[in-house]
Amino acid sequence: MDAIILQILNGLDKGSAYALIALGLTLIFGTLGVVNFAHGALFMIGAFCAVTLSRILTLSHTVVDETKTDFLGNPLKVDVPYIYDIFGQTTGDAIIDWAVPISILFAIPVMVAIGFIMERGLIKHFYKRPHADQILVTFGLAIVLQEIIKYFYGANPIPTPAPDAFRGSFDFGAMLGFDPNTIIYPYWRLVYFAFSALIIGAVFAFLQFTTFGMVVRAGMADRETVGLLGINIDKRFTIMFGIAAAVAGLAGVMYAPINSPNYHMGMDFLVLSFVVVVVGGMGSLSGAVLAGFLLGILESFASMAIVLETLPGINQIIIYLVAIIILLTRPRGLMGRKGVMEE
Amino acid sequence: MGLTKKDFTLLIIVACLALFAPFILNPFPEGSAMAQFNAGYPDLMQRLVIFGIFAIGFNILFGLTGYLSFGHAAFLGVGSYAAIWMMKLLTMNVIPAIIISVLVAGLFSLLVGWISLRRSGIYFSILTLAFAQMSYALAYSVLTPITGGETGLQPKYTDPRILDGALAPGETPRANLFGLDMKSSFQVSAGDWIFTFNAGYYVAAVIMLIAFYLSIRIFRSPFGMMLRAVKSNQQRLNYTGLNAKPYTLAAFVISGMYAGLAGGLLVAMDTQVGAERMFWTASGEVVLMTILGGAGTLIGPVLGAGFIKYFENIISKINKSILEQWFAFMPDGIEDLLITLVYPFIGKGWHLTLGILFMLVVIFLPGGLVEGGQRVARLFKRKKPSDDTPDGKTTPAE
Amino acid sequence: MGILEVKNVGKRFGGLQALGDVNLSVAENSVHAIIGPNGAGKSTLLNCLVGKLIPDTGSVMFDGQSVLGRKPYEINQMGISRVFQTPEIFSDLSVMENMMIPCFAKRDGAFELNAISTVGSQRDMIEKAEHMLEDMNMADKREMHAGSLSRGDKRRLEIGMCLSQEPRLLLLDEPTAGMARADTNNTIDLLKQISDERDITIAIIEHDMHVVFSLAERITVLAQGTPLVEDTPDNIKGNPKVREAYLGETQDAA
Repeated sequence: MDAIILQILNGLDKGSAYALIALGLTLIFGTLGVVNFAHGALFMIGAFCAVTLSRILTLSHTVVDETKTDFLGNPLKVDVPYIYDIFGQTTGDAIIDWAVPISILFAIPVMVAIGFIMERGLIKHFYKRPHADQILVTFGLAIVLQEIIKYFYGANPIPTPAPDAFRGSFDFGAMLGFDPNTIIYPYWRLVYFAFSALIIGAVFAFLQFTTFGMVVRAGMADRETVGLLGINIDKRFTIMFGIAAAVAGLAGVMYAPINSPNYHMGMDFLVLSFVVVVVGGMGSLSGAVLAGFLLGILESFASMAIVLETLPGINQIIIYLVAIIILLTRPRGLMGRKGVMEE
Repeated sequence: MGLTKKDFTLLIIVACLALFAPFILNPFPEGSAMAQFNAGYPDLMQRLVIFGIFAIGFNILFGLTGYLSFGHAAFLGVGSYAAIWMMKLLTMNVIPAIIISVLVAGLFSLLVGWISLRRSGIYFSILTLAFAQMSYALAYSVLTPITGGETGLQPKYTDPRILDGALAPGETPRANLFGLDMKSSFQVSAGDWIFTFNAGYYVAAVIMLIAFYLSIRIFRSPFGMMLRAVKSNQQRLNYTGLNAKPYTLAAFVISGMYAGLAGGLLVAMDTQVGAERMFWTASGEVVLMTILGGAGTLIGPVLGAGFIKYFENIISKINKSILEQWFAFMPDGIEDLLITLVYPFIGKGWHLTLGILFMLVVIFLPGGLVEGGQRVARLFKRKKPSDDTPDGKTTPAE
Repeated sequence: MGILEVKNVGKRFGGLQALGDVNLSVAENSVHAIIGPNGAGKSTLLNCLVGKLIPDTGSVMFDGQSVLGRKPYEINQMGISRVFQTPEIFSDLSVMENMMIPCFAKRDGAFELNAISTVGSQRDMIEKAEHMLEDMNMADKREMHAGSLSRGDKRRLEIGMCLSQEPRLLLLDEPTAGMARADTNNTIDLLKQISDERDITIAIIEHDMHVVFSLAERITVLAQGTPLVEDTPDNIKGNPKVREAYLGETQDAA
């Protein structure tokens, strides 16, 4: 029992990331009809927003500390972050410590801007081109984006820690009445899950309760008719692209402490997220979220030692296997709509 | 040979290019500053033709039917593994290895294609991607006894190799064609130029020419015409009494066999294999080659493969000091500026250059280099209006 | 016993009864028109004949064999060819290639792995396709890109493609929809010529009364998913029930 709960928990953080990326992919596909292979790159750029902000916050200048001396007896030179000069040392330290959560504020405008530029500058010229062309051009874009990041940040993963307060682990087992230390779960992963749930909820609420969202949903169902009503769909879709980019970016920001960001993390997640979208059902937002969590949890169950003993290597392929079975038995995916991506 | 004059000329041109590649790719005299950009050494030339085969095969599927597979590297990998096992168990002669690589890849692609082709469009692309990633993951983990996992596989002197005589302990088994060592080369020097003629390269080049010839025949056959019809209008095809599925499946298997052949040849040349050969970026690379050259054209994939492998080699070699040499004649400020601007795109920045190039081609030149060439040719033609005949022909350009 | 026998065919989409209880018999070598107002179920009926839809009830027999449950390509191989409302051709191929594909389909069946011989060496197929192009008055356009043809030429090409399969039954779905008067008249003449010169049965779904009355030997009027009446054109014209149900509404179209 405790093992099962542990695996469900373990699956949640990866599942959250899959769900958030898949949600954005589906938003873009549903509204714009575009298959975006560069969406993983947006996730990766989000993670690097966190890296960038923590670098900015720790930008330092050298001052001479008269109170201390080095081993030669000269006054010691120390690096002092500029942020100390503004907020003082205690607040400054706290800000640096909380760099990742603060990056959310930094990442939103950056990601929305990148989304706008991508849509206006490139994607919009591909609405009427075949899906193969869309895949190819966004695939090229993904390569370009990740190589740019690699140029500036190097090829190695960059550790980006969570705030001190969340660095420990949480003994779930004790809380639920199991033996202590049976279900240990890092705090940050809980934060990540809660954060994802919040974002998913916000996106759904936005689509459900605002007029903007209603128009977008109507557009997803029938673009031409809504266009005929004299509503400027294109502009709204651009904004939707920005939102999808922000969702992917935020998923990346908060994922930075879980896995140190590297330039190819986007591609790694993208392939799986596509599988998630297909399993959930092309064009279905709730399907994407459901499938994201489902596959994340399934993956973590498949990595249990007891499962691996009987089916070695199953953890590596379980997601693909499920996708193949789903596609063959339920071609529209778990919650797919009729007529989406069918001949 | 059953080809039209135009196709035959094309085959001859490709044959000449392949035959004289050791000269063509070595334009700079030894010891000159530009010698580092020579590409006429065996390893690179082998890769040029082998990836040419890979792309020719991919084009039979993508170029003709429009089905975009993102998992073709899996067939290349499977072919490689099959070939290396042939070398371990049977003989270091490359012929059985190459034959088995084609057969095994063909069988594997029959299975993958049979399932993947139940869907089309983006679903098809993702299914093939899923299969390839699965193969990659399996090769790395469970199948380690067969694939060597992370370390990969190489023939060793301890292998059984039932047709070959035993090797002395420590001796490296060498791939050969009835005794002709694949790695053997002879060099000809003419003045400052040194040209290398490598046995392995010529074996690969001859096989590439056969593969190219077969692809011309397929393009010009009724089967090839049906495949283009699949791409053009499946509805009409169905209502014309034709079953699209076996046609696409046959195209898928043929292109899988081409990929297996390329995989087998890679092993025949360097007698080693690793799972990274199956990673999905490797599948992406063959897509790049085909699109860049010109999907659906005969010569396009060969050009694309050659272009990418050649420039990968050249551009990766350029470093900062070479740039400094090139721009040395300029005023300091401009020199620094130029170096800063160009630097991200060279050396390790090759993938960035490739990505940009790829985007530009998809955006502005969907027909790839071949279309580019045709546009330039048309530009010259327009200057001589007498030649300007209306040309509505839709047979695939060469 | 007609070449095409439709018995008690019904088709329901959710709550909508698209076809009620359709009985239809098309006599061999006749031209049979099916008319009816929009939503009468004409297209649903047609789709049931070619395998795109499977009716919920009833049977469809072609030349004594059931077509139900067969795929479109199998039904086509039985001898039923279909012309679409908007011409469905292979736009990326040349006119000549368009014409050759059905010739191959007729000779080689649904699938033939003919990958090594060249198209150019198949003299009999080329001659057959050329002959059909001449019949369609399109010989001068043989090298053109089919996608760049005019609408009328696309229609002729599609009809020619269907004919080169030598079908026993040719189904036409509003073949003159969206055509200018001159093109419509050309198409009527072409279809007349085909029906006079060949051993072929033509079933045509049409809105345009001019076309229907110029061509048809028998007319079935469909209304709300059931056949209202079936008769000769002259009797249909005089039938008050039909006038009321259908012709009155579409005087402007006729």
